[in-house]
Amino acid sequence: MRIAILGFGSVGRGVAQVVQEKDLGITVTGLADSRSGIMDPDGIDLQAALDRKAKTGFCGDRSTAPLDVVDGAEYDALVEVSPTRIEDGEPAITHIVHALSRGKHAVTSNKGPIALAHRRLHTLAASHGAQLRYEATVCGAIPVLHVLQHDLLGNQVKALHGVMNGTCNFILTRMEDEGLTYDQALAEAREMGYAEADPSYDVKGIDAALKLVILANTIWDLGVTLDDVEITGIDLITPDAIRLACERETTIRLIAEAIPEKGLLRVSPRIIPHGHPLLVEGTLNAVTLHTDLAGELTFIGKGAGSVETASAVIGDLLYIGEHHAGAH
Amino acid sequence: MQVSMKLEMKDTPGQLVSVLTPISQCGGNIIAVIHQRDQDSDSGVLDVQIVLDLPEGRLDDLVGQIKKRGVTITRIGKERLFLQRSLLMIGHIMHTDISDTVDQIDRTGFAEVAELSLVMPAISERSSARITLKTATAADMNSAVTLLRKVSEKKEILIVEPLEECG
Repeated sequence: MRIAILGFGSVGRGVAQVVQEKDLGITVTGLADSRSGIMDPDGIDLQAALDRKAKTGFCGDRSTAPLDVVDGAEYDALVEVSPTRIEDGEPAITHIVHALSRGKHAVTSNKGPIALAHRRLHTLAASHGAQLRYEATVCGAIPVLHVLQHDLLGNQVKALHGVMNGTCNFILTRMEDEGLTYDQALAEAREMGYAEADPSYDVKGIDAALKLVILANTIWDLGVTLDDVEITGIDLITPDAIRLACERETTIRLIAEAIPEKGLLRVSPRIIPHGHPLLVEGTLNAVTLHTDLAGELTFIGKGAGSVETASAVIGDLLYIGEHHAGAH
Repeated sequence: MQVSMKLEMKDTPGQLVSVLTPISQCGGNIIAVIHQRDQDSDSGVLDVQIVLDLPEGRLDDLVGQIKKRGVTITRIGKERLFLQRSLLMIGHIMHTDISDTVDQIDRTGFAEVAELSLVMPAISERSSARITLKTATAADMNSAVTLLRKVSEKKEILIVEPLEECG
């Protein structure tokens, strides 16, 4: 399978690394970051591209734009792994639209296009006989979408609850374990590389809400957006509140919750008892699905990280290769 | 109303059933039966503790029925509001008149504040509290929580609710 990788940050480099190290039958014929691009139908020298990126900040030729790669490279699937821009989902939406319009499959870790334009992209993919897969947008390495779309066929999902943001979970874990204030725990998260310079996207619950929107639209086709989610972040949580919770053998976690029959889509800090399946430590993610046949299923795993997120991208690619091979 | 009863009966077949029958006749719902055989099992006496949900005004009737069957009631405990839920509050809890907040819950007639633990770090900083609400039914509890959320929103107090799993 030939792929074009759009975005050469943490996830893009993770995908390149895995493709290089494992014999998966994947060849990278197009590669671009935000300001440069490179194409080679025989396969790009990934190590040279990684070295070039590390040294100069550019993975390819500055006269080749990312969209040139999307439109010009010879590939079977586009891997859109540029960072999420929640304002408009661009340039990722344009990249995916162009690839699907060429009849190419698209796999993405970018939440913007899926949260903002799921129905449009889905329809476009179907009309061109292409696949659109986005496992990596939700809970990193946990294959929750695959489980929902394939392994739980015949089940009705009634509700879901999850710990979907590793940054918030890390901060709350540190506040509980060490009695740190919110500001101290956030500073520590920054030092460890778990929080951005502007952490509001994570700590205000927006990232978790985007994942909830993606899950809700995938499972129930609700057609909801970020505006439909009631969002409360963790930035006002005090160590005293966590201590008061701990006195009752409970603690606080940021929980994303969807119960369509109650019209409920909510991301908020919640009290959960010690020993609860969703009570994971550090940057881990967890998601519980409540289904009519299988009962409750809880998945726990790494919600972020270069190779961990690449795992979800690679899984989508190989799934397409196996089930929709040679389509285009 | 939740009622717990300690009963003493003969350790013979059929005794326990004869006590449970009048409970359902009185519209009661059995929540738990705790069955403790006396350590000295030769005594021929069985101690049973029963927890049940009973409509208001039916307790005297039930007690009469049980006594009629030769069973001794050694203790009765009544609790009208037996559902409890603890929530956390974070904000300027004292300065936004905590007694008013508690009053608004208590005045509903269907909910009470059973416990309040407050931690105040420094005068200008946000304080944290754990508040425990008591009601008779789940519907009342949801109404009480909604009211607390509404009152707290006006006072810019963050409410952290427990995660209630769907059944």
